[in-house]
Amino acid sequence: MEYVPALARWLHFLAGMMWVGLLYYFNFVQIPALKAAAADGTAAGITRHVAPRALLYFRWSAVVTWLAGAALLERNFVNAFTLAKGYAGIGIGAWLGTIMLFNVWLIIWPNQQKILGMKPATDEEKNAARRTALLTSRLNMALSIPMLFFMAGGLTHRAAFGL
Amino acid sequence: MKNPLDSIWGTIICGLVLTVALVVAAKSLLA
Repeated sequence: MEYVPALARWLHFLAGMMWVGLLYYFNFVQIPALKAAAADGTAAGITRHVAPRALLYFRWSAVVTWLAGAALLERNFVNAFTLAKGYAGIGIGAWLGTIMLFNVWLIIWPNQQKILGMKPATDEEKNAARRTALLTSRLNMALSIPMLFFMAGGLTHRAAFGL
Repeated sequence: MKNPLDSIWGTIICGLVLTVALVVAAKSLLA
């Protein structure tokens, strides 16, 4: 049974890299690229062929990351989420990751479906969806900074920060 | 006031400030 946490840790890192990597891709690359592409009329290439694929891997890697993280916590799952003594660091990281997962599925994805024309929406609704999706994506990027600080802490952070 | 999440650097600074705030809160309340 000792293989389960080892495999869960591996999968948690692999899926987490894909999730946060795509989050940073959206914020550092795709959003500025769409602005430039809209100016010369080439945005459709990104919104039709790139964004739907990136969003597919983005939202499902978020689920796999969370499930693998839960499996990795095993019997410490409740200790982490209740921020029990000795679990503050990983617990705060787990809460931030969970908030990010909900942001992906409950805010970013439904709004992206409107923006990309997968769900019917008026121009006004699309504009509102663009703003909401952008700010939520940026919020997730901001949350990823403390999330990674607390998640990837280990012994170095325990020594330096007592967490 | 402009929303700091409108820019990449504003977002990064928000993340860093939140990290420091959470470390201080965790150390004083939970450690």
